[in-house]
Amino acid sequence: MRTRRRGFLGRIGFWLGMIILLSPVVFVFFWMLSLAFKPDVENTAYPPIFIPHHPTLDNFRYVFANSPFALYARNSFVVAFGATALSLLVGVPAGYGIAKARAYGLAAFVLISRMTPGLSYLIPWFMLFRFVGLNNTLWALIITHLTIGLPITIWVMMGFFEDLHPELEEAALVDGAGIWAAFRDVALPLSRPGIVVAAILAFIFSWNDFIFAVVLAGRETRTLPVAVFNVLTFEQLAWGALAAAALIVTLPVLILTAFVQRQIIVGMTAGGIKG
Amino acid sequence: MVNAREAAVGSGGRARASYRRRDKYVRFILPAVLVISAVIIFPWLFTLFMSLHDWQVASPRVFVGLDNYLNLVGDTRFRAAVGRTLIYAALAVALPTVIGTIAAVLFHRDFPLRGLLRSIYILPMVATPVAIALVWTMMFHPQLGVLNYLLSLVGLPPSLWVYSPQTVIPSLVLVETWQWTPLVMLIVLGGLSALPTEPLESAAIDGANSWQVFRDITLPMVLPFIMVAVVLRTIDALKAFDTIFTITQGGPGTASETINIYLYLQAFSFFRIGHASAVVVVFFVIIVAFSLTLLGVRQRMQWA
Repeated sequence: MRTRRRGFLGRIGFWLGMIILLSPVVFVFFWMLSLAFKPDVENTAYPPIFIPHHPTLDNFRYVFANSPFALYARNSFVVAFGATALSLLVGVPAGYGIAKARAYGLAAFVLISRMTPGLSYLIPWFMLFRFVGLNNTLWALIITHLTIGLPITIWVMMGFFEDLHPELEEAALVDGAGIWAAFRDVALPLSRPGIVVAAILAFIFSWNDFIFAVVLAGRETRTLPVAVFNVLTFEQLAWGALAAAALIVTLPVLILTAFVQRQIIVGMTAGGIKG
Repeated sequence: MVNAREAAVGSGGRARASYRRRDKYVRFILPAVLVISAVIIFPWLFTLFMSLHDWQVASPRVFVGLDNYLNLVGDTRFRAAVGRTLIYAALAVALPTVIGTIAAVLFHRDFPLRGLLRSIYILPMVATPVAIALVWTMMFHPQLGVLNYLLSLVGLPPSLWVYSPQTVIPSLVLVETWQWTPLVMLIVLGGLSALPTEPLESAAIDGANSWQVFRDITLPMVLPFIMVAVVLRTIDALKAFDTIFTITQGGPGTASETINIYLYLQAFSFFRIGHASAVVVVFFVIIVAFSLTLLGVRQRMQWA
């Protein structure tokens, strides 16, 4: 297909392109690490110090000593797990039902909710939660994060159940199984990869959410993104602590991504979803 | 539990059978419909209701009809925010689309470490936006930030980045581009791997060079996927909040106050609930109008 000369030049061009694409990605993460492990003297040095001369864990100690970061981490986990579990519980059957009954009006509805700015839910919720006394509870966050996880789950699962061969379930139905049993015993086990994809995406976008938590969370119910934002506003020049906090917040999703990148790619390609 | 024979027989003709079939799946969908009604539809209706009232959080509510909307027309701060949002969105759609398409073409090749490099490349998309925005804030610092140092290495003058009204929007677009180009790459890459190979091979036999092949064959075939990416990017760029709010909170002055930031401040700093609700409605109409126009361009409507 290619001549040898063009192959060689092409290869150089290709790797040059790769370097240009990847270096900003690598650099930002490298810089976060670098700032987090340097003492502040080195962080504010000019010209900047790239590799820490005196690597230290002081920044992390500072973060945990000066704010209840462990509590915020717990909040983040509770909210992300709770919202993901509820989204799956409600969204997986819904995806099945939509795919089977071809109820695409509902699917279009999910699409519109994808377009709605998160802030536009917040004013009614804020007032409603005040009214029923749910403000400053983790329940408020879990409920609101359903608007992130549920559309993702419905959309991903709909696609998976559509691709599923209907013969198996029909065989089960003919054999006398109920419609629910056909779903539980046949369709559900086969769609496990889809559930994994939906769960991962719902978890990540719930974990990353800032806008809902910043409005609805109180002092005790802050999630990590809100906590780190508050560190930013109060301690403008403690760069090491800031970077350490940022690293703690985003590390769980980065580690998760390292293990399940295939599912994320499947989900993002099929869904192109973001909270 | 539904009788299996009833399901299998469906003796009343195809139409009635399929209607009954649909009926039975309602129970699967119903919980989701209830939840969606509560957390999505209720807020929409409540917002419409509030937008017709003058309502500050602590004071009684007064019906004012369309006054909140009419006030928006003359609200120069709001109009400036709309203009800013459109500029921001135009840049934050165009750059990731172009770069992401190029990245997809590169990642479509077969090369060593492809899986690893692709994993690294998609990290910005899953990283927590607030954490990333924080690192960029420190990198943007005019005196101590690393970006101006890198500029000086290649002989370029320093920039004020997010600290100057002139450069704040492009700087924020830079962060958005860094973060969301991988999504465009993944969508276009998905399109590329679904393409048939015959047209490419016959073009190669006809002696077309790689640029001609890309321009005349690959690009037209993958265009529907690029359009999907453009639609998603448009929605997300119009809605952008986390990084802008974390890095500038709309500043310096109001130089980076997009509709979303304006909305946040009106609702949760000034507690002008009625006014903010009208902004929500207008904002939503803008997003839907843009999305539907682009989807119309793409013709076939699907999520991705």
